[in-house]
Amino acid sequence: MKTETRREQFQPPSALGNILRKLHIDIPLFLTLVLASMVSFVVLYSAGSQDTGILIRQAARIGLAFTLMTVLAHINPYQFKRYSALLFGLGIMLLIAVLIMGQIGKGAQRWLDLGFFRFQPSEMIKITTPMMIAWYLAEHSLPPKWKQLSIAGVLIIIPTLLIAKQPDLGTSLLVASSGAGVLFFAGLSWRFILAIIASLAALTPVVWHLMHDYQRGRVLTFLNPEADPMGRGYHIIQSKIAIGSGGIYGKGWLGSTQSELDFLPESSTDFIFAVFAEEFGLFGCLGLLILYLLIIGRCLYIASQAQDTYSRLLAGSLAFTFFVYVFVNIGMVIGILPVVGVPLPLISYGGTSIVTLLAGFGILMSIHTHRKLLPN
Amino acid sequence: MSRTYTIKNNLVENRLFFSRILVAFIIILLLTSALIVRLVYLQIVGHEHYSSMAKDNSIKIKPLPPTRGMIYDRNGKILAENMPSYSLELIPEQINDLDDTLLRLQKLLNISDEKIQQYQKQRKREKRFTSTPLLMNMTEEELAKFAVARPFFPGVDIQVHLVRHYPYAELTSHVVGYMGRINEAELKSLPVAEYRGSSHVGKIGIENSYEAQLHGKTGYAEIETNAQARAIRTVNSVEPTSGANLYLTLDIDLQKTAYDALDIYNGAVVAIEIKTGGVLVFVSRPGFDPNPFVVGISNDAYQALQSSDKQPLYNRALRGLYPPGSTLKPFIGLAGLEYNAISSQHRIFCPGFYQLPGVKHRYRDWKKWGHGSVNLNDAIMQSCDVYFYSLASSLGIDNMHDFLQQFGFGEKTGIDLVGEKAGLLPSRDWKRNHRKQSWYPGETLITGIGQGFTQVTPLQLARATATLANKGQIVTPFLVDKIVDSDATTHGPEIHKGTIPLKPNNINNIINAMVSVVHGERGTAKGIGKDINYLIGGKTGTAQVFNIKQDARYNESEIEFKLRDHALFIAFAPADDPKIAVAVIAENGSHGSSVAAPIAGKVIKQFLESENEN
Repeated sequence: MKTETRREQFQPPSALGNILRKLHIDIPLFLTLVLASMVSFVVLYSAGSQDTGILIRQAARIGLAFTLMTVLAHINPYQFKRYSALLFGLGIMLLIAVLIMGQIGKGAQRWLDLGFFRFQPSEMIKITTPMMIAWYLAEHSLPPKWKQLSIAGVLIIIPTLLIAKQPDLGTSLLVASSGAGVLFFAGLSWRFILAIIASLAALTPVVWHLMHDYQRGRVLTFLNPEADPMGRGYHIIQSKIAIGSGGIYGKGWLGSTQSELDFLPESSTDFIFAVFAEEFGLFGCLGLLILYLLIIGRCLYIASQAQDTYSRLLAGSLAFTFFVYVFVNIGMVIGILPVVGVPLPLISYGGTSIVTLLAGFGILMSIHTHRKLLPN
Repeated sequence: MSRTYTIKNNLVENRLFFSRILVAFIIILLLTSALIVRLVYLQIVGHEHYSSMAKDNSIKIKPLPPTRGMIYDRNGKILAENMPSYSLELIPEQINDLDDTLLRLQKLLNISDEKIQQYQKQRKREKRFTSTPLLMNMTEEELAKFAVARPFFPGVDIQVHLVRHYPYAELTSHVVGYMGRINEAELKSLPVAEYRGSSHVGKIGIENSYEAQLHGKTGYAEIETNAQARAIRTVNSVEPTSGANLYLTLDIDLQKTAYDALDIYNGAVVAIEIKTGGVLVFVSRPGFDPNPFVVGISNDAYQALQSSDKQPLYNRALRGLYPPGSTLKPFIGLAGLEYNAISSQHRIFCPGFYQLPGVKHRYRDWKKWGHGSVNLNDAIMQSCDVYFYSLASSLGIDNMHDFLQQFGFGEKTGIDLVGEKAGLLPSRDWKRNHRKQSWYPGETLITGIGQGFTQVTPLQLARATATLANKGQIVTPFLVDKIVDSDATTHGPEIHKGTIPLKPNNINNIINAMVSVVHGERGTAKGIGKDINYLIGGKTGTAQVFNIKQDARYNESEIEFKLRDHALFIAFAPADDPKIAVAVIAENGSHGSSVAAPIAGKVIKQFLESENEN
């Protein structure tokens, strides 16, 4: 909070500033997001073998995402609160629909085809889950009591399991942590947090049993990637080589030999951080982490300034989930976490995740720009 | 609202929330530090180690694609093989003056400007240090010319690829199928490691359904390369394991006979070894040459295949749906005997039409003046419609449906090919669910002569015939007889068997009636029964393509070819110890007796002769 006050004093050129303010855009957040998108273009150009087509498609999605963000920033947070339960219920129903269609079509099914575009309900649930939990907890006094905790727990577990069944481990992890984030900010007692961690550890064998073969394979690979260098371990070995060979200063833009020589798979999507680290080195990585911390810091600041419990909990959770995103992706690429399909937020190529992310930032902006002026 | 409110203590809540934000930020910083520590470890401590792996002398892991298994027919004749194909490939990064090299190559090998342009286009799409082909399928002459001049062309090399080849072309297109380039959807579903070195995958037929066995196991070589990505030496390698060879039950000579016998007609011929279910003949005519699909068929050629009104890409034997027509009569007759609706000596008088009590509509017999007094044997031999209208009426649709279902009608046979159709065996339930209508008595009648809603595939018909000839012993048809792995272990097929409980007297009656179709004086297929020293049991059939109006006469020559009825024939032989069952469908062939039966006759004759030789 103190670290953020300096950023509050930031004064943009007044004409642009006025427009942005009228649009209910939070300027520090907006500028850091734009910066991140620019980083995305730079890395994608290199990771995608200098294919401009990829950049155009990414630009289109980012454009759409920023538009959605602006629209959401305009809406009064009261409206989000009001429709939280409805949106959550709708999301759950769509998830079930997708699951049933998957059963019929045999195999993984994450999409609902609406004819003109394809919609992934699990993306929507990433935002509606924290909305729902925040709405529910805000109706009661904090910190939450046993009864509210158990109900909130059930509300988090339902979408998590539905998505894990698709199967999409990465997204279900994000949904679970977005819900858990709300509980944390609501003041879940430390004893309780420890108890949850302990019981999760105890549940590990059960989860292992429930996992798909390929998911087990990923965990085994994570534990010992060298065991299967051509198969499952390939990603991790190659990405470690890419990152390590980048050194302190990196090989320079377009200098990544690992992705260029086709050693590194999924270099534009989930493993884009490896290309970034190879080309821009440790300094580049630190810079990117700082950029992420600035975004997260600003979001937490917005949460701290929020005026009602619902907004606070939601804002805090969205900030926290964004960090989980960053941590899980970078963690898996540098080999300290197992490979789950989570993209690097704002940088990876791929449509829906960036739209959802910016929708979340839109809600944060709405929370911040609709505050009522109160005497200090 | 009935909810009970606890009084909120804002001050406590605020303090709690701020402390949590602080804690969250600290946790985030700690975890970020963990990332940074790991990055420092990789990029500073491990930098040298990883650099040497990545840079100048890097170890490339090169996949070694396995050789695909061969496909043979039952007599060991090759149906699918791998032929070497030579291509001229360039690595631009290893060439000093690319334009000059291209110009010299063009002069040396007489390469067209178009090919050079194509190469330039493709080169720009490829990643750096990729070997891109300029000339494919090089001739002996081109190979020799380049071999002499090779020292003057650094960065240019000849690469050998194995290309799948189908020597019997259109004869096997719908059984063996073909391979094609791996497309995006397949890329996602295929195991990544196994296909890292492969560009092709089985698309249809045996090539598709036995992909896992044919493919083999990919090996890999760890190759040390220099900065130009040139291989220096192989450090370590694991050899690939070739795919398994498949031996089919198919007899390619018999297949050819059947294909040729269809002659001008589109259609299908399926022959099954009765005791095992092994498929001897699986013809869908017209076929197509699958070889262009392997190297990449041109858009025009593909469009031509797709828009041809003969539909060569359509697998009629596996997916073609036809009304069974009179070929269903032996099954209905058997149902009549089994359900005691008739006795074998039961007689009716056929005046050329049948009427339901109280209904004016006349259900016509194909023979305008009728067959006179007929029993079951006569009715099958002469294919009397009126007898079966009457039998269907007393059996009812429920009994017919239940009985026919046992012979596999309306269900997939479970053959080892992908994309089989289940056909349609109508029932009251089916009509209620799909047509939202109740079942009408008239529909029972036409179901009894194999018209109406019923649809069968040629494969189903052949399997049902085999079951009938085998007196109720059910087999699952299969194509792959033996899978011979690279270490020479063989796997046989699983023969699924079931039994339909039938009274011996009843089935013998039906078999005798079918023998009289071919060998009886008034049999509808007596043409093929002459000059053979074994007995064939058979049944002709005609499937209506369009409906003739009441009492309207029709003249064949006046009807456009495409509107003519389909000709069908089912048969098995020798009748006393059946070995082979055949189903023939000749589209627009008009008559089962004159068009379809001789085709089955030829197939049976050739098969039994070859059996005797062995």
